[in-house]
Amino acid sequence: MPLIPHLPNSVGVGYKPQHLDDILAGSGSVKWLEIHAENYMSAGGPPIAQLKRLAEQFPISCHGVGLSIGGERPLDKAHLNRLKHLISWLKPASFSEHLAWSTHEGGFLNDLLPVPYNMDTAKRVADHVNEVQDTLNVQMLLENPSVYVAFAASTMDEITFINEVVSRTGCGLLLDVNNVFISGTNQEYSPEDYIANFPVEHIGELHLGGHIKDQDEHGAPLLIDSHNDKVVDPVWTLLDTLLKRSGPKPILVEWDNDIPDWSILEAEAARATAALEAIS
Amino acid sequence: MSQSDFSKALLDNERPTPEGLIDPQGRPAGKRFDVYRNNVVLSLSDALSDAYPVVQKLVGDKFFQAMAGVFVRQYPPKSPILSQFAPEFPDFLAAFPPVAQLTYLPDVARLEKARTEAYHALDATPIDGAALAALTPEQMANAKLRLHPSLHIISSPFPVFAIWRKNSDTPETTIPKHGQDILIARPNDMVEMRTLPPGAADFLRALNADRTLGETIEFCEKIPLFDLTENIGGLFESNLLINIES
Repeated sequence: MPLIPHLPNSVGVGYKPQHLDDILAGSGSVKWLEIHAENYMSAGGPPIAQLKRLAEQFPISCHGVGLSIGGERPLDKAHLNRLKHLISWLKPASFSEHLAWSTHEGGFLNDLLPVPYNMDTAKRVADHVNEVQDTLNVQMLLENPSVYVAFAASTMDEITFINEVVSRTGCGLLLDVNNVFISGTNQEYSPEDYIANFPVEHIGELHLGGHIKDQDEHGAPLLIDSHNDKVVDPVWTLLDTLLKRSGPKPILVEWDNDIPDWSILEAEAARATAALEAIS
Repeated sequence: MSQSDFSKALLDNERPTPEGLIDPQGRPAGKRFDVYRNNVVLSLSDALSDAYPVVQKLVGDKFFQAMAGVFVRQYPPKSPILSQFAPEFPDFLAAFPPVAQLTYLPDVARLEKARTEAYHALDATPIDGAALAALTPEQMANAKLRLHPSLHIISSPFPVFAIWRKNSDTPETTIPKHGQDILIARPNDMVEMRTLPPGAADFLRALNADRTLGETIEFCEKIPLFDLTENIGGLFESNLLINIES
């Protein structure tokens, strides 16, 4: 696959149009930007013009949220072709998608829904990842999910599942450290053990983000991936541990809801930059 | 449990949590499944609110949220491109009994839908009047004027442009008692709107229906108060003309 992800080992943020003027005036610690592919699939209009302008100044990470790679249904060919068109003109430094599904026969559900971890699912996900990579002619990064429920039908843990998909596809991995903390807490496994066992050699990008704390009906902690706040201290600690194992990686700070002033987001990026500098 | 069962339960709170979904202790996942239910309905309701802010203002936030919950379960997006979400919303409003008294509401929604479509439409560069002036009268009669791809026209028996303005950027707007024809287009970066003079909506629709300028004029001359010079001038003033095929 000719286009190997090559984001710089520095810090990026999820691009929000309300930050455009701030970014153009001086992006500070932020060295690259990530966009959600589905926001740039119109025929034309100002968002696409803005993205073309930003792509002249910054490496762009193209992050899909609608391919439904974990879906039982075949991949949506029309959507894959839209992605192909976007990637052909944008020439992003990386393309990533989720280990999740979002589409059913009635339409698109706009959420990242979980899959059971077993061999049947691993084969199906691998077939879809191979189809994506063959169609787009890029190596994609697959992101670990935040999960709230488990499946009685699961027969393996998440890392075993991810390793199976990697060995069948040669895809890279996007490790969302916040998702590790959320899923570990929700599923009662150790996030530290997960980080210690993750196949770091395949990581092409890291994600950090905020979440909210709730409880289930039994009083057990239930963390919800909301991307609406600062990254919490335990996630920063997990990042430090991970970076010591993996060496420097591209790090993205995500903030998709209750979007703050640029200075607050940039300060989060500066903290991630300090974490990178601490291991170099 | 299939993803079909999972998704049906997501969109219908009356259905039980699908079997086989558990918590780490092996107990059935109740509230944990509800997180997905909430995410789906809230995120789609937010997308609906982003697309139809003036409808939301007119009915109030609380009512809009409740109505969005009904709408998004009935019409989930057909594709992951959320800027194309909810084209069914104006017709849904027209058939939704709790807003039957607000007879103008579906047309306000049509106006908002047209604004979104104009914003995301294909870009095109307007041309100036010289190209038309250079034609002979015969060439002009046979010419086909190509209009900007972002152009939309809304004809409503209600003053929906005034209602839209009063509830968005110009609260001091006076609302007339008559209906309005409204032009919506994005010739450059901004979506622009204006009310149209008599016959102009038919004039623009005829041009967009692939009629020649001669046929269009013949058709429009029968419309009372139609002013051809004003309408041709309007095409250039609003940067709507992108090509002349002669």
